[in-house]
Amino acid sequence: MREIPSSVIREAAVRLIYEASYRIGPDIEAAIRAGIGRERSAAARGVLEQIAESYEIARAESVAICQDTGMAVFFFEIGQEVHIIGPFEEAVNDAVREAYRDGYLRKSVVAEPMFERVNTGDNTPAVIHMRLVPGDRIHILFTPKGFGSENMSRIRMFPPAAGVEGMKRFVIETVAEAGPNPCPPVIVGVGVGGTFEQAALTAKRMTARPVGSHNADPRYAALEDELLAAINRLGVGPAGIGGATTALAVNIDYRPTHIAGMPVAVNMCCHCARHAETTL
Amino acid sequence: MNEKRIRLPLTRETARTLRAGETVLLTGSIYTGRDAAHKRLIQLLDEGKPLPIDVKDQVIYYVGPAPASPGHAVGSAGPTTSYRMDSYAPRLIELGLTGMIGKGKRNQAVIDAMKRYGAVYFGAVGGAAALIARRIKKSEVVCYEDLGSEAIHRFEIEDFPAIVLIDSEGGNLYETGPAAYRAEIEDEAQ
Ligand code: SF4
Repeated sequence: MREIPSSVIREAAVRLIYEASYRIGPDIEAAIRAGIGRERSAAARGVLEQIAESYEIARAESVAICQDTGMAVFFFEIGQEVHIIGPFEEAVNDAVREAYRDGYLRKSVVAEPMFERVNTGDNTPAVIHMRLVPGDRIHILFTPKGFGSENMSRIRMFPPAAGVEGMKRFVIETVAEAGPNPCPPVIVGVGVGGTFEQAALTAKRMTARPVGSHNADPRYAALEDELLAAINRLGVGPAGIGGATTALAVNIDYRPTHIAGMPVAVNMCCHCARHAETTL
Repeated sequence: MNEKRIRLPLTRETARTLRAGETVLLTGSIYTGRDAAHKRLIQLLDEGKPLPIDVKDQVIYYVGPAPASPGHAVGSAGPTTSYRMDSYAPRLIELGLTGMIGKGKRNQAVIDAMKRYGAVYFGAVGGAAALIARRIKKSEVVCYEDLGSEAIHRFEIEDFPAIVLIDSEGGNLYETGPAAYRAEIEDEAQ
């Protein structure tokens, strides 16, 4: 049994929040710069250049890449031989409170969604997903989510007969209809199979998979490439003003599902697909 | 790129000269407002009360900035998605609002009001928030301080980069831009 004090988790979480909020991943920055060379219109190039320059400023000055610093979403993989000393959820929420205050990040959470909608003032509570895994380590992935793109996400419970064609049409349609709203170029996270909530969670996890990586299953990897090409033929383009770079990546994963169903969840993420991870 | 420099306030006459697709640099003062502030403004109008700001010839930027760190006028300040203001915007345009800055599609009622009264919808680049913040030189709260980041602020901006998305004749870059790209690649495929 390995003991990890909850304060260690809190400190790690604070560092991850800063890292993700100020520093865009090199994979995304490279993809944005590659897009500049592909655009034919000066306006589309101008948009990508602004984005790349903005990333640089955020990194150099330690300011938020985007003002919507999102809901604080964490994926924890906790080794079953770890004993956490002290309150776990409190440690994570304390980290959010501290980092969003001291890091000049925007507080964007309301306590109740329909009647009062009063801001909690400290961006808590965090959204915490957890899995128990073998071993004695803790892996933390922080992936804050802005709602410009979250609001454009969709899930549909397809019958199995919808098949690959149904899934493809749904993904392309979702990106096309979202158009300029989710701040393209986007990263499209897709979860196929599982149950209703598992499909959504899988899609969310896929928004944090590196740009340029592929699913290990060659059939799914081929689908990723095919869908990325089809989406980029839509012409939505950077900021939705027309162009070649509508999406930087389509990341798909699947889960075993029921004999009667084929859920498909599409989690839209803007180019500011912020994430940072660490292992304790 | 050859951007058009525009000094604010934006008169209806100037607004009517702008065309979808033009890139502009805005200098002068603008107001900020998001859902919550708009809701309050429209409530006042419904009650027949005066607004805390005069919107004539003004531009409203749909933004909720991050808190300013020391040495900066504002924190990162990119646009928020505009459709959430669609049910409020026509009333303000009727009162003389000539410009909105945001991102994303608008509904027909907003476009109709823009055509009727002469107003422009500008786009700022979503997610270029750190760069945009550098073009905001001053920020002060005008009203609704209790809304925090969503309070109505007055920003002094200098060379704020924007694109005319929808013009006062209904020209819409969100339609023409992607269509032009599709036509180009189809031509090449033939
Ligand atoms: S969708 Fe993303 S880039 Fe656009 S405003 Fe929201 S967080 Fe920022």
